[in-house]
Amino acid sequence: MTHETLLQISSIVLLLPLAGFAGIIFFQKKLGRAAGYIGSSILGINLLLSLLVAYQKLAFYSDAGMLQWKFDWLNLGSHPITIGIGLDNLAAIMLIVVNLISFLVHVFSLEYMREDIRFPRFYAYLGLFTFSMLGIVIANNFLNMYIFWELVGISSYLLIGFWYEKDSAADASKKAFITNRIGDFGFFAGIMILFFTYGTFMFDDIFAHIGEGHIPFDSGTMLTLAGILLFMGAIGKSAQFPLHVWLPDAMEGPTPVSALIHAATMVAAGVYLTARIFPMLTADALLFVAYIGAITAFIAATIAITQTDFKRILAYSTVSQLGYMIMAIGVGAYSYGFFHLVTHAWFKACLFLASGSVIHAMHHSMHHAGEHHMDPQDIRNMGGLRKKMPITYLTFLISTIAISGVPFTSGFLSKDGILAGTMAFGQLSGHWFIAFSGFASAAMTAFYMFRLLISAFHGQPKTHIAAHTHESNKLITVPLIVLSILTFWFFYSFNPFDGGSGWFYEKIKTPATVVQAEHQWGFFVPYESSHSHSSACCGEHITSPAEEHSHSHEKDTHHALNKFEEALHHAHLPAMIISLIVAGLGIFLSFSFYQFKIFNPDGVAELIKPFYLLSYNKWYFDEIYDASVIWGTTTFAKLLALFDLYIIDGIVNLVGWFTKVVGHFIGWFDLYVIDGLVNLTANVTAFFGLVFRKFQTGRIQAYIVMTIIFAMVLLYYVL
Amino acid sequence: MTELFLTLLIPLIGSFALLFIKKEQMQLIKYVAFGFSVISFIFSIALLLKFHSDNPNFQLTYEKVWIPSLDIGFRVGIDGMSLLLVLLTTFISPIAIYSSFDAIKKREKSYYALLLLLQFAMTGVFISLDLFLFYIFWELILIPMYFLIGIWGGKDRIYATVKFFLFTMFGSLPMLVGIIWLGQFIGTHLVHVPNGFTTNYELIRQYSHFIPIEYQKLLFWAFAISFLIKVPVFPLHTWLPDAHTEAPTAGSVILAGVLLKMGTYGLIRFNLELFPQASFLYTSLISWLAVFGIVYGALVAMVQSDVKRLVAYSSVSHLGFVVLGIFSMTVEGIQGGIIQMVNHGLSTGMLFLCVGVLYERRHTREIEEFGGIARIMPAFTVFLGIAMLASVGLPGLNGFVGEFLTLLGAFKSPFLGSIWFTVIAATGVIFAAVYLLWMFRRVMFGTITNPANRGLKDINKREWATFLPIVLFIVWIGVYPSTFLKLSENSTKKLVNKLERIKFGKERYELPVIPEISKPNNTNIKNNQ
Repeated sequence: MTHETLLQISSIVLLLPLAGFAGIIFFQKKLGRAAGYIGSSILGINLLLSLLVAYQKLAFYSDAGMLQWKFDWLNLGSHPITIGIGLDNLAAIMLIVVNLISFLVHVFSLEYMREDIRFPRFYAYLGLFTFSMLGIVIANNFLNMYIFWELVGISSYLLIGFWYEKDSAADASKKAFITNRIGDFGFFAGIMILFFTYGTFMFDDIFAHIGEGHIPFDSGTMLTLAGILLFMGAIGKSAQFPLHVWLPDAMEGPTPVSALIHAATMVAAGVYLTARIFPMLTADALLFVAYIGAITAFIAATIAITQTDFKRILAYSTVSQLGYMIMAIGVGAYSYGFFHLVTHAWFKACLFLASGSVIHAMHHSMHHAGEHHMDPQDIRNMGGLRKKMPITYLTFLISTIAISGVPFTSGFLSKDGILAGTMAFGQLSGHWFIAFSGFASAAMTAFYMFRLLISAFHGQPKTHIAAHTHESNKLITVPLIVLSILTFWFFYSFNPFDGGSGWFYEKIKTPATVVQAEHQWGFFVPYESSHSHSSACCGEHITSPAEEHSHSHEKDTHHALNKFEEALHHAHLPAMIISLIVAGLGIFLSFSFYQFKIFNPDGVAELIKPFYLLSYNKWYFDEIYDASVIWGTTTFAKLLALFDLYIIDGIVNLVGWFTKVVGHFIGWFDLYVIDGLVNLTANVTAFFGLVFRKFQTGRIQAYIVMTIIFAMVLLYYVL
Repeated sequence: MTELFLTLLIPLIGSFALLFIKKEQMQLIKYVAFGFSVISFIFSIALLLKFHSDNPNFQLTYEKVWIPSLDIGFRVGIDGMSLLLVLLTTFISPIAIYSSFDAIKKREKSYYALLLLLQFAMTGVFISLDLFLFYIFWELILIPMYFLIGIWGGKDRIYATVKFFLFTMFGSLPMLVGIIWLGQFIGTHLVHVPNGFTTNYELIRQYSHFIPIEYQKLLFWAFAISFLIKVPVFPLHTWLPDAHTEAPTAGSVILAGVLLKMGTYGLIRFNLELFPQASFLYTSLISWLAVFGIVYGALVAMVQSDVKRLVAYSSVSHLGFVVLGIFSMTVEGIQGGIIQMVNHGLSTGMLFLCVGVLYERRHTREIEEFGGIARIMPAFTVFLGIAMLASVGLPGLNGFVGEFLTLLGAFKSPFLGSIWFTVIAATGVIFAAVYLLWMFRRVMFGTITNPANRGLKDINKREWATFLPIVLFIVWIGVYPSTFLKLSENSTKKLVNKLERIKFGKERYELPVIPEISKPNNTNIKNNQ
């Protein structure tokens, strides 16, 4: 296949779900349940096509970099605004992730959403979402990315608020969209800086310019700033601290949506973006990324420990794992970060769909029992589901093991690599907090995941509802089985203890940084270029990673390109040992607390009450935001509205009033002064008229007398 | 040219034709009014077909001197920008007329006659190439609008309409003085025209940048005040919420859809074109006002309890983007501003139609009165949702293109020279999401709590018919804006070339070579500059 063909197929993959969306939304009434089958078949075709594309790309064009198409969207000013699509190894793998999960969720929802009154519309929205997400995946420029980024935001808004009659769902959808918008504001500003500097949105052009030493405003700080601003988009979309608050609330959406959007694909878009911009991130920007990831991973893990809502535990777990991925990219363990994105997508989607299966079963049981007030998602109402729902249990168990980082699972492979990366980074840069957060979160993850598993599935049913649940049907269980199988190690690497020896690591290589050496960590700068001082080459991949030869420690064949790769290689073994210890500890504690009841969780909670409350109340983020930003903005807005009404409009009305007063005054003046004068003149005239009338008697004698008198007076004066 | 005349005159003819229909024949009145408006739209399409977008100059021009002693003439013509705005006018007007069929229940005849008169005047404003003619159309708008709000408006209509009238008059008088001064200055000091006075726009445009800066400053404000009030730019905006809220739905649609654009149109056509040096001087000031208005309008919109007032304040915010784009004086910014004028006309017009739909059913616009409407009016929900998302600036819909281009223009503008305009303006995008989504959530989502809302009917066929064409263009502009941007591209480039030539001494853009039509020979140039 030529790459033209590959790109053509990719665009078909992109557009098919859009066609599905349009078709279903216009004919939703006529289609009814058929909408679900249409949507699922489209995604089935999409999945096959994307498997084909990915196979072709990885097998035959693996070293070809990004295959791309560019075309003009707008002709403006001096240069046209170009957009296009691109396919590199990263995108090829993402295509499979998005399409497979979307397909399974489509199938799953056939059963899960069966009784919903807006069933066709649900499938339309799923199609819209898949289209938008694929748009992000095969974007080869920032403008496309931003456009689809926002579209993903809106499809998420529609899907979270799918049950808009529920106030909590309606609020959550709004919160998700607005919180994302805050991150997007930064993303947009970052794009502006780049476009202003380079006049293009294309990844490759921009990286090439940076590689040539052409940086925004000729300042390394501005390049750092641009990187951090772009990363703000990821903070919003991937629910990183401090914008993570929307994701747990987003669980108000239907559970398949949580699996698709809020576990596996959309929230991974932020990680994907960070991976995309990795080559242009400076040392400071990378450090910022790493710390945000580490803080998020840690905080979210601590919160997950004490939550009681099935889906919210998974949500915080997702936030924490996303923090892991971000952190991995921040420390330079790029391949492992992306690897974790993929492995996490499978097992987290599986966990969510399994939770959907449980909630579905609980709902049915409640419906049967005529019970309407119980919370079907609260793990305190469950227990003993293992025997009732064996397939759900088994798949859930496998995924839990994977997320906890137990060997022979995919989770172990990716997590281990990330932890080695953080250790290498700590060693080289002195920032050990990141490694600490990584290990602490690993321990907590194992703990809370087993807590969830044990509380929901083990022991005796805690309510009669849980006691009367049944296994879901095949439409639900088959997707679970598929996803849980994908968590086995052999899909990625034949050596169950080293992800670095598998095909994945070979295909997804850390791209070389294009940032000048003075703005980059010394240990990321390739050896050759730091010796020869030639500028780092752009967009090309490092050709021979250290991990190609697994754990053999053959120094002679070991061609690490930079110090970091070398350190990462050495950190592998210690990282693996520590991570096994902490995961084991977490699992052990979890069993001792919840399975064997050696310790009493409530007693321990009482003992460390402040910490317990902090965790239980999610570190009070919502409360703090309510009291600060939200209250501040609304109060300010109210003040402005009053200002508008009373001051600005007040002035207007005052001017109006003043004009009126002046008018009245002038009216009065006119009436009494001007007109008064006129009237006065008239009156005076009239008065004299009256006076003189007296003399006009009409008698000659009188006139003669008067004439004589006047003549005498006149004479008197004259003489 | 014929097309231009017909586009302009058909609504006027329609307006007179209505006078000859008996007022009892209500159906006939409605359809005659609608018919004339649609025919005018069809001719404006013909206009579009005759227009050459390569040519940056005025096209389809016509000139007939009217008062020879003052060189005042009936001069009309269009360039890309005016074409887009004429199309917007002829597109929105029939929709506004059609949307009033059920809503207006008194004195129909005068209502529709006034709407047609309004359409005539608006078209006139956008095609005038004579300052005096422009002024006549500009003032003519006031009369139908005054009565539309004053007779068919809400309960505070008298206050609102008087406020609207006085505000606008306050602005237009300096403009009249400005026109006289300008005509006299150009006519006596820069060019020789027989009686030392001219209002010929094209002639004035050629020489106005030779006007000494101290006079330009005054002239700039004489025109700007009037336009800034019309836009409206903070702090001259308070007539808008009142006028919008009290006007009947069609009035609000036309007000938001077209009337406000006369202000931004004027800023480009007169302030930038005629007084470039003064514009350089005030670009920061006006851009700050615009940016402030973006945030201010959005925040005030956030806490409004009346949907219509909310949308009205959102206009203050959205028009801020247009003004910012215009005063960035870059091709991106001005093009973005122009397309944003069209966008705002479509999406805000549609929002007002939606509010009208709710108002007709419930006779209230208080947000608190609603809730859970989505469940009982699904089709309406879709349309309101689209209008809302277009206003929020969702990519794929039109609002994004305009906001994106204006922000881009402001960012790279050599005239503004600070990125803070863009940064602060971009926060308006966040706030837009806040106030619109919040409104949508409170009106549409949740369960129905107010029993009065229970039996509401979903939109009828006529309402469908008003929404659909707007949605078509909202999506079209969002996905492929080139169709529309192309029309005004060359005239914008020409303007920017002129500005940059005056400021920096060089032109940036290549324009297609079009043979210039020779100028009227009653002018000869005085070389005193």
